[in-house]
Amino acid sequence: MFNQRRFAFAAAGLLALAFSGAAQAQQTLLNVSYDIARELFAAINPKFQQHWLEETGERVTINQSHGGTSRQAQAIMQGLRADLVTFNQVTDIDALRQRGFVADDWQERLPNNASPFYSTTAFLVRKGNPKNIQSWDDLIREDVRIVFPNPRTSGNGRYTYLAAWLAAHQRHDGDDAAIRADVRQFLRNVAVFDTGGRGATVTFAERNIGDVLISFESEVNNIRKEYGEGDYEVVVPPVSIMAEFPVAVVDRVANAQGTAELASAYLNYLYSTPIQTLLTEFNYRVHDEAVVKATADQFPPVELLRVEDILGTWEEVQDAHFGRNGILDQLQARR
Amino acid sequence: MQLTRPGRALLFTRHPVLPGFTLSFGLSVLFVSLVILLPLTALLLHASDMSWAEYRSIILDDRVVATYRITVIAAFWASMINAVLGLLFAWVLVRYRFPGRSLMDALMDLPFALPTAVAGITLTTLFAANGWLGRWFDMAGIQIAYAFPGIIIAMSFTSLPFVVRALQPVLEDIGPEYEEAAHTLGASSRQAFWHVVLPQLRPALITGTSLAFIRSLGEFGAIIFIAGNIPFETEVTSLMIYVRIQEYDTPAATAIASVVLLASLVLLFVVQLWQGRFLKRIRGG
Repeated sequence: MFNQRRFAFAAAGLLALAFSGAAQAQQTLLNVSYDIARELFAAINPKFQQHWLEETGERVTINQSHGGTSRQAQAIMQGLRADLVTFNQVTDIDALRQRGFVADDWQERLPNNASPFYSTTAFLVRKGNPKNIQSWDDLIREDVRIVFPNPRTSGNGRYTYLAAWLAAHQRHDGDDAAIRADVRQFLRNVAVFDTGGRGATVTFAERNIGDVLISFESEVNNIRKEYGEGDYEVVVPPVSIMAEFPVAVVDRVANAQGTAELASAYLNYLYSTPIQTLLTEFNYRVHDEAVVKATADQFPPVELLRVEDILGTWEEVQDAHFGRNGILDQLQARR
Repeated sequence: MQLTRPGRALLFTRHPVLPGFTLSFGLSVLFVSLVILLPLTALLLHASDMSWAEYRSIILDDRVVATYRITVIAAFWASMINAVLGLLFAWVLVRYRFPGRSLMDALMDLPFALPTAVAGITLTTLFAANGWLGRWFDMAGIQIAYAFPGIIIAMSFTSLPFVVRALQPVLEDIGPEYEEAAHTLGASSRQAFWHVVLPQLRPALITGTSLAFIRSLGEFGAIIFIAGNIPFETEVTSLMIYVRIQEYDTPAATAIASVVLLASLVLLFVVQLWQGRFLKRIRGG
């Protein structure tokens, strides 16, 4: 199903290429991105096209492809001709880097670790917050049932797991045994492990399963809008994870297609004030100081813990936690 | 009139129906190679990169073993349900004429025609605690969607046609005269069914049920939506394969896949052998 869509995108890209060659030198970008960013980039693309037209007089076509980022990264490895990626976690771009698709220094090429916007994980609870869920330690109570996507199949789920870990790390001052006990209980409270973020949303909102849905703050706010603001409340815990949304040019493909310059212009444009403002409309947090000041009411204060500060590089995290028989496997093992 | 040359009869004893046997045989072999043997080889090659110890540790991992158990037990119950229901459906479809029969007949194939993901989503909607059907079970304290029974329901939905379609032609062949003969000899309806009809149906029933079972082992689309996917409780083997791929651990995924493949192949061979033996017996070979 997803492959077909991706194939359609690739085919559309090729067609566009073929036609542009015949008519006029028109460039095409393929932005390969995560599942729930479809509407976001659909809003950004026309602005960039306008901007590029004013700057250079060139018209560009921008195609989008969306899916789980691990699957997207695999598609690129298997030949999807993506000029650039806009993912929701470092690991999957790192996987591309390890296979030579992305330059080694991709995180230094753009400001803020090549992450033009960020978010954090937040909770969506039912009206009136009947279980009184305020922070991560409420989620390890026996009477709380949690819904979030499977950390094995979803970047979103991986952030949630890591956020629970980091919160426990802070609560127990780094005591490994206590952290593991808490996170094990946290995983035990999970009612359903859907394979993706949107699936978890349906389980929580439409099937009425669980007391709390955990997802990106941006997504949680959108869900509340989507499913009725009166029925749900958003809880931003006092401590949570710094969830960066890294972007990179896929050098191997972009160089081959001659779109490297355009692709990096596109990524740079994500840091411009108009786009940063647009991003806050989608409930993403940004770094642009003027925009931050203007939208202060929208984003409750939260202490953001960085994975890299506590658990080491993403590569180490990937190996230690998410590898076969890693910590996640151990915590989920039969008790 | 002798159509087959004696030399050929050595190898191919049947009278050829299609003209140009060599060509059609060659095409069949080519197609089977491209569509079945080549992917199989690729899969096994991929798995053969690792050492035997590594392979063992992957396929005998606690969590993976738990998925085998869950998958096999659920597939067993699903095929048992289908054996009974499939027999009932086939019986009704063959023996009775009623309005809407052809519609019902066509509906039997729906699980094959429908993308399994659609089945999964639909069944989840129905059997969730707030769904049309699920709410009644919920009142009785039985959880179906996001629990083990959900897996069984998804599996029986996707594999029902195997049983129905295996039984239908056999039932049509038998005809009611066998039962009528039994009745004239003084058998009750129940005796006629158990001692006259069922023995005739048994090979088709077992074949259909086994195929349903084998199919259920590999079912993915329908199950991941309804299962809840909790490790050790509702995680099926095909999801484990998917999970390993998500971890960029393709060798592990192929190793687990090879187990499913081997199990399916062995089961298919057993069914085939058993069927061959049975046919020989009734043909007096």
